[in-house]
Amino acid sequence: MPDIHLSPFISCLSWTLLLAPLIAASAIWLFGIHRRRLAANLALTGMVTSFGCALWVFDQALRQHSHAFAWESSVEWLSVPGFTVSFGVLLDPLSLLMTLIVTGVGSLIFLYSTAYMKADAAFSRYFGVLSLFAFSMLTIVLSPNWIQLFIGWELVGFCSYLLIGHWYAKPSAAEAGKKAFMVNRVADCGFLLGILALWGISGSAASERTLHFHSLQARLPDLIASGAIPSSLLTLVGLLLFCGPIGKSAQFPLHVWLPDAMEGPTPVSALIHAATMVAAGVYLLCRSFWLFAMSPVTLSTIAWVGGLSAILSALLAVVEQDLKRILAYSTLSQLGYMVMAVGLGSPIAGMYHLSTHAFFKALLFLAAGSVIHGTHQQDIRKLGALRRSMPWTSGSFAIGSLALCGIPGLSGFFSKDAILVLAHERNAILYWLAVSTAGLTAFYIGRAWFVAFTGTSHGTHAHESPPIMTGPLSILAVLSIVGGYLGIPHFLGHPNETIHWQVVFTSISAAGIGLALSWLIYGRHWLSAQKLVLALAVPYSFLQRRYGIDEFYNAYVTHIQQRFIAGFCAWFERACIIRIGVNGIAWTTYYASWLIRLWQTGKVQTYALTFLIGVLGLIFHLIRQ
Amino acid sequence: MSSPLLAIILLSPLVGALIISALPPQNLLGIRRIAVSSSALCLVCALGVILSYDTVKAGYQQQIYLPWIPSLGIGFHLGVDGISSVLVLLHGLCAFSGVLISYAITQQVKEYFIFYLTLIAGVFGVFLSIDVFFFYFFYEMAVIPMYPLIGIWGSDVKEEGVVRFSKEYATMKLTIYLTLGAVIALIGLLWLYVSSGSHTFDLIQMQQHLDNHPLAVSVQRSIFLLLLIGFGFIAPMWPFHSWSPIGHAAAPSAVSMLHAGVLMKLGSYAIIRLAIGLLPEGAKFWLPWVAGLCVMNILYGGLVAMAQKDLKLVIGYSSSSHMGYVLLGTACLTSLALDGAVLLMFAHGLMTALAFAMIGHIYDQTHTRYLPDLGGLAHQVPFIATCGVIAAMASSGLPGFANFVAETLVFVGAWDSHPVAVACGVVGLVITAVYMLRLVRGTFFGPALRSFASVRDASSPFSRLSYALLIGVLLFIGCWPRPILKIIDVSAQSIVARALRQHQPEPEPETIPVEWVKVPNP
Repeated sequence: MPDIHLSPFISCLSWTLLLAPLIAASAIWLFGIHRRRLAANLALTGMVTSFGCALWVFDQALRQHSHAFAWESSVEWLSVPGFTVSFGVLLDPLSLLMTLIVTGVGSLIFLYSTAYMKADAAFSRYFGVLSLFAFSMLTIVLSPNWIQLFIGWELVGFCSYLLIGHWYAKPSAAEAGKKAFMVNRVADCGFLLGILALWGISGSAASERTLHFHSLQARLPDLIASGAIPSSLLTLVGLLLFCGPIGKSAQFPLHVWLPDAMEGPTPVSALIHAATMVAAGVYLLCRSFWLFAMSPVTLSTIAWVGGLSAILSALLAVVEQDLKRILAYSTLSQLGYMVMAVGLGSPIAGMYHLSTHAFFKALLFLAAGSVIHGTHQQDIRKLGALRRSMPWTSGSFAIGSLALCGIPGLSGFFSKDAILVLAHERNAILYWLAVSTAGLTAFYIGRAWFVAFTGTSHGTHAHESPPIMTGPLSILAVLSIVGGYLGIPHFLGHPNETIHWQVVFTSISAAGIGLALSWLIYGRHWLSAQKLVLALAVPYSFLQRRYGIDEFYNAYVTHIQQRFIAGFCAWFERACIIRIGVNGIAWTTYYASWLIRLWQTGKVQTYALTFLIGVLGLIFHLIRQ
Repeated sequence: MSSPLLAIILLSPLVGALIISALPPQNLLGIRRIAVSSSALCLVCALGVILSYDTVKAGYQQQIYLPWIPSLGIGFHLGVDGISSVLVLLHGLCAFSGVLISYAITQQVKEYFIFYLTLIAGVFGVFLSIDVFFFYFFYEMAVIPMYPLIGIWGSDVKEEGVVRFSKEYATMKLTIYLTLGAVIALIGLLWLYVSSGSHTFDLIQMQQHLDNHPLAVSVQRSIFLLLLIGFGFIAPMWPFHSWSPIGHAAAPSAVSMLHAGVLMKLGSYAIIRLAIGLLPEGAKFWLPWVAGLCVMNILYGGLVAMAQKDLKLVIGYSSSSHMGYVLLGTACLTSLALDGAVLLMFAHGLMTALAFAMIGHIYDQTHTRYLPDLGGLAHQVPFIATCGVIAAMASSGLPGFANFVAETLVFVGAWDSHPVAVACGVVGLVITAVYMLRLVRGTFFGPALRSFASVRDASSPFSRLSYALLIGVLLFIGCWPRPILKIIDVSAQSIVARALRQHQPEPEPETIPVEWVKVPNP
């Protein structure tokens, strides 16, 4: 069992690490909302403080003899008899790695944002929400229990909603924010039920139950072994919990929100919708891998959802014209790889790819942001020859692309290879899906590169971005190159593995074929893209309609949910409950009184007659007795 | 008599109303100042009550007792336990912000504040009374000012310019509904008084008497049903809810705040206090049915809210949907769920008050509440838009707000006995998010509309204070729920323990000596 001892010094560091962005966010909301420079400085200070603390803790962790440390420090946040929830930090290799990624990449993106958002009217609000996001994300990462994780989970969703809808005057941005929140809400519905069910099976009486990660891990296997928990229930819990990652990590069929989320500012896309928040789902799967691993059905569902998401979104990226949306589909596809890796039984491979992906995808997004900043254009057809006007940006984009393709030597190669080797061992179909995805990946990113960065300029005026933007790009570019040599799997407790030459050869060939094809079509124009589109019209339009999934959801929401279900309830309310029920009773009373009123004519004759009838009736009654 | 806090809370709005009635109607400043200071005094005292509540001693505290009609066992008996002290604080907060929001009222200000302060005093009276007679008295005292408040200062519910529900209809329906509910409950209470043979209306004595001489199970069930229906009208339980959304929509915003924020909670409060507290056998029999009805409340109310186009109707139906969670928490008879239910009354009260204040401001400025007419208001009213987003998020149970803590407790507490109802409740949260986000999107986001160019934000420090107060408390409780839950839990534990205690059948008085019958008090 890992040791739980936590020195006061590290405890203090870890709390600072968690709370610094929250303090920054509160200060911005209270004092900085009309002071632009103060807001940016506060946010940056909070984030860098966090990163500094994370590095310090990391340094302390490296001094440990064993890699299986687990430090925890928490306070009781909610405590009523039968239900206690603590709030705190849990530092182990997994959470520390994720913290370093979140705060490190986060600091760079915060810095980049100060230049990117310079002209924005709501500059302070942007940094206020971004700081809140950083805190929420750290809440997830450092959480020692399911409830705190859920708290962070919901808060990052809220921040994502606000940041996607940052330019709320644009109807598409407002709708995209709403859509992201709603899709995640639907997924979280299952997730919350999963947490409740997990709580329910963790003990027989309320007082014995727990949602603490370590206590659950210590207790559940015994309960299962003793037969107290049926395996079907365990599968149900696993599948319900997996709903959370399906929403947050945008896996099929709930992936629809992520491409639309590109309506937000580009640094947001880089930080939230590529490097950190969307990876939270994968992090969650790794965090409680032992739980999912107890049910083979759950595990294979996870693997298949991941594998299918990977290839289906890579296909969508091929037909997309918007630079940011290409990257968004690419993110979906890479997340699919990670989820598949966990499903195939290796959370370490998943986390490894998560880390390298955070570097190169943040790099790609920031480079795309630099392009948008320099040209105010994000349709790749209208871009071209950026290589000359934006050398730093283009260089970074090229490095990011090559890392994404899995070119040997770059970070993406090692992590993707780990997943492919795993798939090769465990599941042949998923292996070939993953290899095809690798080929498609090379093709679509090659297409983006050749169309937007080479060839001829389309008259768009382009200028290189300021150093405050290219600086973070360079650092991320270096990380994308060396990410494979940092020993990430080793830090997570995985021994160095030998290279599987057959898989390496296959994956390099797939990437090479993809890149070569994109070069031939878009670089050399050896094959005309238009002719290809015409020749493949049917599958092309099917892909352009995104498999019809968005149309299906829209139809469901407007016709079935809004018009039929809600409309029926509103009609029932108005017609049955109000008109027939309530007003009906009122009218009955009214007409009954009207009937009685007929009697009250005000004429003495009527009253005398009534009196006479009464008297006669009385006499008759008396006589009968 | 320990401290005069409760008497001050009850008398301060009444004295305020009296002073205002003596002021000339032109003296707007004086009238408003009196109203603000009397409600502020209530708030301060309510804070004092909750801060001085002793969780070790538990039970009713700060009691004040004046005998009134001893022969019938009626006395003026005030006191608070953990549950009512939290609700008194809720009412204090809503009343104070309501008075500040009422600065927007410009016609017949004097009469308005007289009625409004009477309403405030009535609701305080209900929460403070531990004598059933006065409980009922104050309840009627709260209902009566509602009628003129909505009828005179309210507004019609319009749809595309056509009046759908007139304010006269709304106020009539609301008053009749509330009175009818109260009368049904009164029959139950009188039956209880007569059949218990305790000859007292005092809640504490009645409870002791019933502990020692439990009523027959069938009688308990019948009385419980009467109380459940009577107070269910107010709660509002499906299908008796239709007065509330229309009433909220037609009422002036400060009245909607009190109404949806506090008055609706009287129903569930009375069910917890009187029905469950006095009739454990009835509770065991009927509460599973209540759990079923809650699901109707939650899902049906939410779906109807989804189809509404008037902002106030959206919030109105959402209130009836969210009261379903309160009823669900009440129906489980576990202290966890009851804690959640009481905290949700508190949280939902503040959230709804915030939402109605925000909508009131929009209506004052734009003269419309019709969703298709609105849009892009965040450009003109950034502060109100922020409040709107916060209200939407609190309502859909975002962590950080008290609503999340309360809903989590309800779900956790209800999980063992009603997992299906909990699942429906979780789906209800999705529905809530649908209509709240649609409301925020439709009202605040999108391009700025030229027709609203002259719309002003809430800029006076008074109105900002009222929003800040509501948001601040929601956030504070949401981030640090332990202290308030400790206070609630003490009382919830004792109510649940009392309801679940196995009663011995009443022994024959001839064969068993009197001393044996007496169960020692806990």
